[in-house]
Amino acid sequence: MKNLLKAQDLRAYYRLVDGTEIKAVDGVTLELRPNEVLGIAGESGCGKSTLAAVMSLTHNPPLRVVDGHVAANGSNLLTMPPEQVRREIKGRHISVVPQGAMNALNPTQRVRNFAIDMLQEHFPEMTKAQAIDLARARIEELSLPVRVLDSYPHELSGGMKQRTIIVLSTLLDPKVLIADEPTSALDVTSQKIVIKLLLALLGEGIITSIAFITHELPLLRQVADRIAIMYAGKLVEVGSMDEIIFSPEHPYTRALMGSMLVPEKHIREQRIEAIPGVPPDLKDLPIGCRFHPRCQKRLPVCSQEEPPAKIVGDRTTWCWLMQ
Amino acid sequence: MVLANAVKRDEKVRPLLQVENLTKVFGGGRNEVVAVDDISFAIAPGEIVSLLGESGSGKTTTARMILRLSRPTKGRILYEGKDINEMKGIDYWRRAQTIFQDPFSSFNSFYSVHSFLGKAFRLADNDFSEDERRALMEKAMEDVGLNASELLFKRPHELSGGQRQRLMIARALLIGPELLVADEPTSMIDASSRVGILNMLMDLSRKHGMTIMFITHDIGLAYYTSDRLLIMNEGRIVEEGSAEEVVERPTNAYTKRLLADIPTLRRKWDT
Ligand SMILES: Nc1ncnc2c1ncn2[C@@H]1O[C@H](COP(=O)(O)OP(=O)(O)O)[C@@H](O)[C@H]1O
Ligand SMILES: Nc1ncnc2c1ncn2[C@@H]1O[C@H](COP(=O)(O)OP(=O)(O)O)[C@@H](O)[C@H]1O
Ligand code: SF4
Ligand SMILES: [Mg+2]
Ligand SMILES: [Mg+2]
Repeated sequence: MKNLLKAQDLRAYYRLVDGTEIKAVDGVTLELRPNEVLGIAGESGCGKSTLAAVMSLTHNPPLRVVDGHVAANGSNLLTMPPEQVRREIKGRHISVVPQGAMNALNPTQRVRNFAIDMLQEHFPEMTKAQAIDLARARIEELSLPVRVLDSYPHELSGGMKQRTIIVLSTLLDPKVLIADEPTSALDVTSQKIVIKLLLALLGEGIITSIAFITHELPLLRQVADRIAIMYAGKLVEVGSMDEIIFSPEHPYTRALMGSMLVPEKHIREQRIEAIPGVPPDLKDLPIGCRFHPRCQKRLPVCSQEEPPAKIVGDRTTWCWLMQ
Repeated sequence: MVLANAVKRDEKVRPLLQVENLTKVFGGGRNEVVAVDDISFAIAPGEIVSLLGESGSGKTTTARMILRLSRPTKGRILYEGKDINEMKGIDYWRRAQTIFQDPFSSFNSFYSVHSFLGKAFRLADNDFSEDERRALMEKAMEDVGLNASELLFKRPHELSGGQRQRLMIARALLIGPELLVADEPTSMIDASSRVGILNMLMDLSRKHGMTIMFITHDIGLAYYTSDRLLIMNEGRIVEEGSAEEVVERPTNAYTKRLLADIPTLRRKWDT
């Protein structure tokens, strides 16, 4: 189990007080390789943020891992003592920029306090001045304005806040950065700047790999080496960026790609069709393939049994058509 | 061409909507914000036009003035040649309707879906029986992909953002306006369903000649749906033209940069 980070048969459910279970991650196996940007894409509610929380060990009740493990460096992080996870894993091996992090900064604190808290968590003996020096050096290295440290969150633009959080979250040179929708809600120009920063962190060797979570496939075309497509708590297709964007095989990936509105000639030359229906309720999932109620290609077996994984080269597909 | 039979801008066709030197200033002194800065444009009947710009460029402020929800600081808005601020509110709103950007703020949480849609009938000319109303509401809900039997008596907080946005669209369909101003109408609706909603609005425009003004930051949406684009930056309209012209051959520096930064599928950024 010598991995950078790998989820193996992971199941993580929200257990609500009334006893219902929301199966947000339901049997996911996914590996992050060295020196790559892995894109994780799917529509809202399919379980991307839940997967990010478990893989970064930041999950809390009512979310519970009911099965499977998260492996790094040969250990199952889910059974590691919490104190060891805090000391050795969080921020050091894996850092996460949660969805909406830029709006979660404490509005009454200057941004530098975020860096001080982060560093003192790991080095209790470090002084505030030392922490600020470290943060300043990194901010300069990545060509951000040093004044951000003395600013309050509301004084910074969305793009600047997001870049600052990313830089401060990677101060301890974690191997893995999990970035959950880091560019959503930003203008296109800020999106591009945030992405350049992420690529610079990789280029400078500050981090080794990125799991980039988004619902926007055109963005992944720009940055991802591999892409995993999620639907209703499960992966449906994982492959290289080229395979997923230009020759998707799973009917859901194909339909999703076909419904993208990008400013390119072909979308005005024909009518683009939506996928009929809506994703299933994660409390009440259909039997068999979770996409079958909306699938134009379904076979009789699709509504009876879950499709197994089919691996061809670097691509894995979960669909009966591929069997 | 998606909109082959949409009404094209033509000297002989009188504009449905004419915006002249429209300006909106908020605050004063040091806090003065010129949100909309002397813009002018016209929209022909049956046309689909997008007002496209990044956040803060003044799109919503423009939409609110066109919907008579806010008064211009300067300039005027003519609907079939009449100043909208001199018309009776109800007469105007029968003809010009909106889908709001933020569906959370546009619902009163005490109303059920049924009473929310029911209010739309206040703008109707006809007297419908309760059964007729119910049938029309259910039809409008099904048209936007909402399950009426499940949702009709739900309250707004029990619906997802996407469901609330669909409900706004259902309400607009019930009223059947001549002009629909749709401010980020599908921002809460996922990619796979978004295009279905847009197709529906485009079909309405084609079948009934409904004029649509999309207010959006989404270039893909604007390009797919629209006959014409108006590009807005810092309160001004910096470029205007057919969707093809603007996207394929932009002339303004701002438009060029915007298009270069948009992630697309065919082209990779030079990072
Ligand atoms: N704290 C929570 N309690 C209950 N259900 C939740 C909670 N957070 C998320 N969920 C549900 O879990 C599912 C997956 O959510 P999420 O992982 O946030 O999806 P995504 O990030 O792909 O939009 C959704 O149905 C969502 O409603
Ligand atoms: N009620 C208001 N009071 C003061 N400033 C406002 C108000 N509404 C909008 N603004 C300002 O006007 C500018 C344009 O805003 P808006 O029309 O909402 O832009 P957009 O819809 O393109 O994002 C922004 O700078 C915004 O802060
Ligand atoms: S398994 Fe069947 S229903 Fe599911 S995507 Fe494949 S063909 Fe469609
Ligand atoms: Mg999420
Ligand atoms: Mg707006």
